[in-house]
Amino acid sequence: MKKKQTTVAFRGTPEQEAQLKAVIEKYRGTKGAMLPILQEAQDIYGYLPIEVQTIIARETGVSLTEIYGIASFYSQFKLNPAGEVAINVCLGTACYVKGSQDVIDEITAQLGVASGSVSPDGKFSLEATRCIGACGLAPVMTINGDVYGRVKKNEIAGILAKYK
Amino acid sequence: MAFIRNSDELAAVQNANVGKVELAPDSGKTRIVVGLATCGIAAGATPIFDALVKAAAEFGSDDITVSQTGCVGICQYEPVFEVYKAGQPRVTYVKMTAEKALEVFEKHIKGGEVITEYTVGANNASGTPEEATSIEDTKFYAKQKRVAMRNCGVIDPENIDEYIARDGYKALNRVLTSMTPDDVIKVMLDSGLRGRGGAGFPAGRKWMFAKASQSDKKYVCCNADEGDPGAFMDRSVLEGDPHAIIEAMAIAGYAIGSDEGYIYVRAEYPIAIKRLQIAIDAAHEYGLLGSNIFGTDFSFELKLRFGAGAFVCGEETALMTSIEGNRGEPRPRPPFPAVKGLFGQPTILNNVETYANVAQIILRGADWFSSMGTEKSKGTKVFALGGNITNTGLVEIPMGTTLRTVIDEIGGGIPDGKKFKAAQTGGPSGGCIPASLQDTEIDYDNLLAIGAMMGSGGLIVMDEDTCMVDIARFFLDFTVDESCGKCAPCRIGTKRLLETLDKIIAGNGELADLDKLEELCNYIKSASLCGLGQTAPNPVLSTLHYFRDEYIAHVVDKKCPAGVCKELLSYEIIAEKCKGCTACIRVCPVGAISGEVKKPHTIDSSKCIKCGACMEKCKFGAIVRK
Repeated sequence: MKKKQTTVAFRGTPEQEAQLKAVIEKYRGTKGAMLPILQEAQDIYGYLPIEVQTIIARETGVSLTEIYGIASFYSQFKLNPAGEVAINVCLGTACYVKGSQDVIDEITAQLGVASGSVSPDGKFSLEATRCIGACGLAPVMTINGDVYGRVKKNEIAGILAKYK
Repeated sequence: MAFIRNSDELAAVQNANVGKVELAPDSGKTRIVVGLATCGIAAGATPIFDALVKAAAEFGSDDITVSQTGCVGICQYEPVFEVYKAGQPRVTYVKMTAEKALEVFEKHIKGGEVITEYTVGANNASGTPEEATSIEDTKFYAKQKRVAMRNCGVIDPENIDEYIARDGYKALNRVLTSMTPDDVIKVMLDSGLRGRGGAGFPAGRKWMFAKASQSDKKYVCCNADEGDPGAFMDRSVLEGDPHAIIEAMAIAGYAIGSDEGYIYVRAEYPIAIKRLQIAIDAAHEYGLLGSNIFGTDFSFELKLRFGAGAFVCGEETALMTSIEGNRGEPRPRPPFPAVKGLFGQPTILNNVETYANVAQIILRGADWFSSMGTEKSKGTKVFALGGNITNTGLVEIPMGTTLRTVIDEIGGGIPDGKKFKAAQTGGPSGGCIPASLQDTEIDYDNLLAIGAMMGSGGLIVMDEDTCMVDIARFFLDFTVDESCGKCAPCRIGTKRLLETLDKIIAGNGELADLDKLEELCNYIKSASLCGLGQTAPNPVLSTLHYFRDEYIAHVVDKKCPAGVCKELLSYEIIAEKCKGCTACIRVCPVGAISGEVKKPHTIDSSKCIKCGACMEKCKFGAIVRK
């Protein structure tokens, strides 16, 4: 998946940095710890901006290029902050066959946010995700963790209105 | 809390708990289990569970227990809960709400009267009610056989006592106290169990090779990075029966001489992760993981590692590279992981569903297992049935069941009176099985022979409205995204395949492109480094093989027979049916429709953007899509 480092300004706090350093300390000496460190770093910051990767590089002694290589490789790692309202539409096979591309197109039409991006005010972000394993409820989308199953195109406006 | 040192103490825990899971006929007890796997929770099972727990507490009888459980496999009917009353048949209530659940509590739990209209048979997805009040009596279930999923939907996955009550950890005890590692491997070889993750390599052979490797340190790994779109049986096993995996990995550790294991599980499965962690901690407290298990000198530790959303990490060498903390890129084999795997040490890697069979094979014997299935594919296989089919869900069937049985009987056929067109197995690595091959007996070798593959067991059913070129494109889009980029045939080849498919879908294809597609597919298959690239062309090859006429329609007639590919559609007005009401003229966003009132209108195809708004608006069915 193509990924670009964000242009949104970094707003990390000293508390977050202290948390991150504690995580790195916890894994010191553990074999193969870079993935867990990045996963927990993302839990702290919500995404992995270059500033966070730089702290990890400094603290672990692993080069920034290598860390960026890992962060950009896995789709779980976000290089962009999510919107306040994070919309994820499943584009797994079952959902696709049941019309989830139409659901994405409809959301894009209604909010003006393309798949994989954040609205300029940082309010809505839209992501097409891999199969979330709820194929029996296809097509499925999640908004801030709420799951909507068997979504119909004409229900989307009503669902989105709850988050505006 | 028990600490178990030997078989007597294990039997004591089992005896103390068996009555909770399997109610004695005269015990007067009632057990309610609520399906709280991801799909149940998504469908709203949590408030139902809470309401039942509250109702039971208010009623105040020790004879009624309310438990959570994993997924029983009927996604279509979630939220689901089941009632076991001592001495009475099991009752499955489906599509529940908290209010309905309380009604069931009043009438059935307290009053003893089953509310038939809420049960599974009365709510049959096909619209024709069945008499069944229990899932076991439905057509959906009748031809299934539960081995890997035997505890899913039965026990509370967060309660180790319930697992032990169902013969849990008995196999580990037997292995450690009365079998040599070679005995264990022999049973595995004799059972004929093949890897359930995709390629179907015999599990016993893997174990044998790893045992033969000399090293102070060896690893046992579990692939729980279920990445095939459309497959979710591993999630269901992890959420419904996590101890089965832990027990099997410990058995594998004993067999190959390893004291450490890793479960690589998708970060996207938070409930599975939580339940695995609870299970690992409980096994530690009981002394079933850790040092000197069952008083022997065998020790085993398990760790969890979370996948970060890379499909290629389902490939064994890539998965190990990822556990080591790197980009999950595969490496050439040999050396095979059994010789040089995780952290450079001999390693075995099996899939969740493979492990879910192990303890059963040890307890019931290789002969029992190999009595199920076909000549070269033994046992059962779990399929995730999805797409255009009446009953979606998880089905576990003996190998050798025909596709027709799965779709028509278990799956309940295609909804809305549509025709079955093809079934897709094996996800992005697999292929499409056309209607003409519906009587194929499903096993590893038969599926390979017809250009599909078992894969991890996604089975997506497609009806006549599905365009096979579009489906091939969909899978290629996936593999292009997920190709790790290490080897050129896969990185560049899949991209070129996708571009050619895009060209065909846009109506710019030529007949020669079909031959070029085939040629390129064969290069990618033979030259790619790992399983991802070697199988990525399968969706294209199998659709080209079985649905070549559809490709030809796209490139020669510039038509999409299923009416999916937008660029190739045209909308026309049937003059005889058109009343000239101007509704379509007013709704057309680009002014492509013209005509006078009460006279037939026409569509200017050069202006038409094929949005379909006119067809939706027309009350007379006068507009057709071609």
